[in-house]
Amino acid sequence: MSEEGRPRSDDGRPPLLEVENLVARFAVPRGVVGAFRGRPKLAVRAVDGVSFIVREGELLALVGESGSGKTTTAQSILRLVKPEAGTIRFRGDDITGISGRELRALRRHVQLIFQDPYESLDPRFRVRATIEEPLLVHGEGGGKADRDRLVREALERAGLTPPELFLERYPHELSGGQRQRVAIAASLALSPELLVADEPVSMLDVSVRAGILSLLDELRRSGLGILMITHDLSTAAHFADRIAVMYLGRIVEEGPAREVVHNPRHPYTKALLSVVPQRDPRRQTQPEILRGETPNPVNIPPGCRFNPRCPIAIPECRTTDPDLRVPAGAKRGHQAACIRA
Amino acid sequence: MTEPVLAVEDLHVWFDLEQGGELHAVQGVSLALQTGERFGFVGESGCGKTTTILALMGLLPSSASVAGRVLLEGEDILADGEESVSPHRWTDIAMVFQGAMNAFNPVKRVGEQIAEPMKLHEIAEGRTARRQVGELLERVGIPAARASSYPHEFSGGMRQRAAIAMALACKPKVLLADEPTTALDVMVQAQILQLLIGLADDFGLTLVLVTHDLPIVAQVCSRAAVMYAGEIVEIGATDTLYHDPRHPYTRLLFAATPDLYDEEPVLSIPGTPPRLDRELVGCPFAPRCDRAFAPCDRVKPRLVATDTGHSAACHLNDPALKAAS
Repeated sequence: MSEEGRPRSDDGRPPLLEVENLVARFAVPRGVVGAFRGRPKLAVRAVDGVSFIVREGELLALVGESGSGKTTTAQSILRLVKPEAGTIRFRGDDITGISGRELRALRRHVQLIFQDPYESLDPRFRVRATIEEPLLVHGEGGGKADRDRLVREALERAGLTPPELFLERYPHELSGGQRQRVAIAASLALSPELLVADEPVSMLDVSVRAGILSLLDELRRSGLGILMITHDLSTAAHFADRIAVMYLGRIVEEGPAREVVHNPRHPYTKALLSVVPQRDPRRQTQPEILRGETPNPVNIPPGCRFNPRCPIAIPECRTTDPDLRVPAGAKRGHQAACIRA
Repeated sequence: MTEPVLAVEDLHVWFDLEQGGELHAVQGVSLALQTGERFGFVGESGCGKTTTILALMGLLPSSASVAGRVLLEGEDILADGEESVSPHRWTDIAMVFQGAMNAFNPVKRVGEQIAEPMKLHEIAEGRTARRQVGELLERVGIPAARASSYPHEFSGGMRQRAAIAMALACKPKVLLADEPTTALDVMVQAQILQLLIGLADDFGLTLVLVTHDLPIVAQVCSRAAVMYAGEIVEIGATDTLYHDPRHPYTRLLFAATPDLYDEEPVLSIPGTPPRLDRELVGCPFAPRCDRAFAPCDRVKPRLVATDTGHSAACHLNDPALKAAS
């Protein structure tokens, strides 16, 4: 894309995060027998040409089943996985190939929140030390008094008030929800601009999930951009501004959350929405159950990768690999990768 | 109403704690299940739902003590401990454990593993067992020929189907399923839930589904029990539990669950469940309740019938207490 053609925010600045045609591959183990026979290493395209934007004050939910590539996409942004092709820009700067000091500097601005607050916190660290750690690593926060202030502010922003109640506690003295809040506080200590949250509530009890999601919502309102990875469409429907649905390494539909949920255009999105159980027993879901399971990304079907399971596929779908486009009658910013949409 | 296939009367479970003392994990659970019913146990982790169904199977560890009665078609199967429960385990009451799909022996063919309980309980062996395994697999949606496959040759969804087939091997009357879809993708979850519904409706199997996921219970079960701090706080038709809950915990639990099409904000429930290693005074939910009033801290509410045709353990349903406050 040319410099002029690149998206800009309303104020003319480049968007917070811009991912363009991202490709990330894994080598699949070929096994002892395979290696002995000289069988070639197979490359799995976990992410195969993914593009999206996260703006300031926006929460984008990346939704998909296991193997869809949503977690690999998130990890590529933080460079926990090395992208093979494509471009990742943060505030307009190409960060795809950076390393060393540049990468460390980036990690101040982009923070990751993990799924499991039981694993992401060091059990030997008190809450104070957990939140201070990133400040020390990045040489931030000045003197002891300044750090203490930043730690307290981070705890308050994460809803752990008053901070005195939590500062000297160990993770095992906290509930699951409180642990996730400590993890979020630790990621807020450096005042990041983008949060990448990988299934931030799936390990938590229902009664505390809403609290963590509301916290993310508040952070979004205060101007942070948030990329949330989730398998839960109901959560995405409630908390996301935009939803991107992934299938076998591609985004097959993307748009305003309301539009994607109420006017889905891609047959995969439609099927996925139809099987989400609803709270009200009177609204019995009419599940449109797809044949089989998501194929192994080692063997991606030719044409549209969804065609073998698609209820409305036509012969052309076996040869045409569709790009994302705005279907007829769709709202602005709503795209689907389906020739029949 | 006919005699229930399974009745639980005042079930209690205590666990001995290593550091001394006891944890009162199940505190007086009673319920009755009809043949072919689809019943749900819901609640947060630690509420006692899994402990309850393990007690029904007589499968609790030796650190547990159990009191109360579990009547299978009128016979108390817990009366003489292992001796009275073992003849009924798998043959009358069977269970799909949480994570069962990952519990297959990796070096044995799936069919052999499904046939094991048949041999153990002297129901079938040899060619008869093989034929029955084939029928079971077909019934759960797997081609009979796949009996000779190894577990790793199955997808996650197929392994969960096979785990259900194994639980059905001795033709039980009651199937207990603990979080049967938790690790599965939403599309596969829908397939497994349809399978379980079909087994109850087509074969008269009584299904007890344990899950933290309210929408699953709302879609699969006609009745459910909401558990909190080791006891049932509300029990009745799922439709009434959603539309006319008579316990604040039930209402708040639904309000904390996001729904795909309902745009009302989801609300968290403040606080955490009480510890069960000390005696509870008053209503266990009172510290987290948005409608607690004078008697709640002091007097423990009993599970009593409400005007909606089910039962709830909440003082708000007692007009005299409410008027007095």
